[in-house]
Amino acid sequence: MFEIFGVPSNALFGQLLIGLINGSFYALLSLGLAVIFGMLNIINFSHGAQYMLGAFVAYLLLQYSGLGYWPALIVAPILVGITGMIVERLMLRWLYKLDHLYGLLLTFGLALIFEGVTRNYFGSAGLPYTVPDSLQGGRNLGFMFLPNYRAWVIVASLTICFGTWFVIERTRLGAYLRAATENPTLVRAFGINVPRMITLTYGFGVALAAFAGVMAAPIYNVSPQMGSELIIVVFAVVVIGGMGSILGAIVTGFGLGVVEGLTKVFFPEASNTVIFVVMAIVLLVRPAGLFGRRA
Amino acid sequence: MRKTLGLAALTAALACSGANAQQVSVKIGVLSDMSSLYADIGGPGSVVAAKMAIADFTKANPNVKVELISGDHQNKPDVGSQLANQWYDVDKVDLIIDTPNSGVAFAVSQITATKNKVFVVSGAAASDLTGPKCNANTVHWTYDTWMLANGTGKALVKTGGDSWFFLTADYAFGHALERDTAAAVEKNGGKVLGKVRHPLNTNDFSSFLLQAQASKAKIIGLANAGGDTINAIKAGAEFGIVKGGQKFAGLLVFASDVAALGLPTAQGLTLTETWYWDMNDANRAWTKRWQQERAGKFPTMVQAGVYSGLTHYLKAVTALKSAADGKAVVAQMKTTPTDDPLFGKGTIRADGRKLHPAYLLEVKAPSESKYPGDFYNVKATIPADEAFRPLKEGSCPLVSG
Amino acid sequence: MEHVVDPLATKPSALRGQSETIFFVVMVVGLVVAPFVTYPLFLMQAMCFALFACAFNLLIGYVGLLSFGHALYFGWASYLSAHSAKVWGFPPEFAILTGTATAAVLGLLAGSLAIRRQGIYFAMITLALAQMMYFFALQAKFTGGEDGIQAVPRGYLFGVIDLKNEIAMYVVVLVVFLAGFLFIYRIIHSPFGEVLKAIRENEQRAISLGYKTDRYKLVAFVLSTTLAGLAGATKAIVLQLASLTDVNWPMSGEVVLMTLVGGLGTIFGPVVGSFVILVMQYKLSIVGEWVLVIQGMIFVACVLLFRRGIVGEIANWLRLRL
Repeated sequence: MFEIFGVPSNALFGQLLIGLINGSFYALLSLGLAVIFGMLNIINFSHGAQYMLGAFVAYLLLQYSGLGYWPALIVAPILVGITGMIVERLMLRWLYKLDHLYGLLLTFGLALIFEGVTRNYFGSAGLPYTVPDSLQGGRNLGFMFLPNYRAWVIVASLTICFGTWFVIERTRLGAYLRAATENPTLVRAFGINVPRMITLTYGFGVALAAFAGVMAAPIYNVSPQMGSELIIVVFAVVVIGGMGSILGAIVTGFGLGVVEGLTKVFFPEASNTVIFVVMAIVLLVRPAGLFGRRA
Repeated sequence: MRKTLGLAALTAALACSGANAQQVSVKIGVLSDMSSLYADIGGPGSVVAAKMAIADFTKANPNVKVELISGDHQNKPDVGSQLANQWYDVDKVDLIIDTPNSGVAFAVSQITATKNKVFVVSGAAASDLTGPKCNANTVHWTYDTWMLANGTGKALVKTGGDSWFFLTADYAFGHALERDTAAAVEKNGGKVLGKVRHPLNTNDFSSFLLQAQASKAKIIGLANAGGDTINAIKAGAEFGIVKGGQKFAGLLVFASDVAALGLPTAQGLTLTETWYWDMNDANRAWTKRWQQERAGKFPTMVQAGVYSGLTHYLKAVTALKSAADGKAVVAQMKTTPTDDPLFGKGTIRADGRKLHPAYLLEVKAPSESKYPGDFYNVKATIPADEAFRPLKEGSCPLVSG
Repeated sequence: MEHVVDPLATKPSALRGQSETIFFVVMVVGLVVAPFVTYPLFLMQAMCFALFACAFNLLIGYVGLLSFGHALYFGWASYLSAHSAKVWGFPPEFAILTGTATAAVLGLLAGSLAIRRQGIYFAMITLALAQMMYFFALQAKFTGGEDGIQAVPRGYLFGVIDLKNEIAMYVVVLVVFLAGFLFIYRIIHSPFGEVLKAIRENEQRAISLGYKTDRYKLVAFVLSTTLAGLAGATKAIVLQLASLTDVNWPMSGEVVLMTLVGGLGTIFGPVVGSFVILVMQYKLSIVGEWVLVIQGMIFVACVLLFRRGIVGEIANWLRLRL
């Protein structure tokens, strides 16, 4: 096989594919955050903790009610989404008139609570969760071995990302939502229940985080700190993509996966700093992010 | 929890109304990680182990009064330092024990030497604690990085795993583990085919594992710990590493990590520990007692080390009749051979290193595991005099020549 | 960025002019007497964090800029101070100066990148830069990585005063803290400070009045990071330790918490907040498992119910400026 920059092309293609897979995961995770900020102007710092809760609920469903991976994919996001709606109703509602800062601090505090309580009950090492039988194994693609589960991750992520983007940007429901964010009073005058829409939207964003959590459970360690490790990266993705833009978050998520994958081949020690370097550069050149609306 | 062991005082008062001539008073502090990464390895379980040691010892020696406090260093050297200073200066603690996290252990060791108290390290791994950073007030129990590297490295090479690829966490601890293991592998006739350094707290190992697969090394050495090790092994299961004929060697793995992985994913993993709850009847009996306060969990070697180390300390203090002079107590600990139900007979060397055998363990397949906690097959025993770094190689200033 | 809650929203009382002086005197007396009743090492650490929080508050409370990566300056100053004292053999006053200078330079570099943006983007850039420097600290040899730089010598101040003597060290820390505090006070109550407040209230109007707001913001930013660096450099000498904890983002989060609890935009708020949080942390280290949860609950409670913070509420109740 031929070599590119000293790395055999086989290996490079394999790393690129893995980068895409990771990217689809980042996209899925940033999607919920982008929805919440784009639609509601709330900086949801508890996104990582809600992702973690999704994984934990999947574990608990398996342990205590025998519900496996596939039902958990639907049940866990619904359950966690409901807790999100409760949070919005009881706490976030009071902060809309204030500076963004307070929403950020509140959700930051909630993240600490979720993580702390989970750690006290489950310990910090982690809980076991395996790949469901239907997705075990993989196929040899010639340049690498692709586990079936990872292929599923790309498919699921693309579906959900496209679906969400479509609903928000191309349907009437999405149009109402976008209008409600820009001018709530006017939209209310049309008879649309704006507060309820906001609550449901926040719940939806949280459910997306939990969905990503269930997807992560079989392949990453299910531990209380799994969210806080990812949250900063996810924020960086959303900021680069442009904080109002769903498409931006999706594209950046995939892009980051590829960039990170390439870094892991050529300069692995820096693979977790590259995102921040990219973010700093993008923000200097295009202050609103790649696809952002507000300058 | 801050609890005063008044029970010991009560036993003393009731048991010996006449023989209260030589009351020895001692205060112990269990400094551990109670709330984050190492909470399962040490943490509240270490406090339970310490309480058991105190209960057993004061039963046999009613004239000794022992008070116990505990604290959470949160894996931060500054919090650990502050607690150590406060405990020694204000709370009049005589012994600090446990302390997983080498950074905190170094800080506490320093403070202990300055204040002439005693520090028994059960949780931390750094072999430098009995090397260049040794002092006359610190005893290193349970395990260290040299033992882990040599135990696993040498034993695997001898059983056919003679080509290695390292997955190393990119910080001092990971580098040290990789360096020590590579040395052990090469010394015993093996070859290191390659390595890749990953950032600390990496989630996704697929691309690193791809590189490991491409190297075709027989053993993939995991020079990392905690979440990194777990994520690497989990990804390894997905990518069919073990099915492809390669094996994982966990260079720092605890029973709690194996529990987090689950046997289907962890089976075949090779590691070295110095104590396993299911090895003999004495260990099993102790574990049953321990589980009365930590239901559903299994004790780790660190927690067993707390029990063992504390027992030996109390023996030394009783012999000297006072805990006041840290250096004297440690000297006494070094001249007295150790003996307890968990680690058996052993000795403490001049550099503060406690010697006991190490065991090469392999994680069982799910079909072989008969009950919860039945994790390991014992593959080999490494005798005490081979398991730890030779005295002369440590560059400890206490060792002359 | 829209401004934060102004604690002096209602009409002030007659005592206003003197209220700050009175509280300042109370604070100084308290700090002078305290080491005789409480553990001095704890107090010294608290003062370092109080200075750090005051420096942070300068930026958020008076300029309206939320820096999410302030630990960068605190931590790196701490590293350079420790390294220069231990490896280069600097006496403590030069070690502290080295640390502070490091923070100033880093602040200038970071500030010139970040100042151009507003609000959440500003916060994110500061966070990104802090994370990059955290990973650099993790891997660089001289920082000691996970172990940090330990056994930093206290040294002899000006060559004669032995800082291993707790009283001497305490006096030094007290002087540093008060100097920093008074400096911040002077900044706030100066023409420069008035411009900063104008920028916070309405930047567009300030620009239209002819002020080069970016330059003012940058100066304020560098001042804030320099003082944060002074706090970190001093802490390294006091605790004789510089570690990764000091540069990591939870530390940035903690200084936000301290300022929030004490009272954003008040002068004494950060001091009170930092003492409260530190006391809480040490009392709770005994009950380790719940520290994180309780900190989270305090955040939530402060944001929902208690937005002015302790000092802010007192000031509001007494209608004073604090």
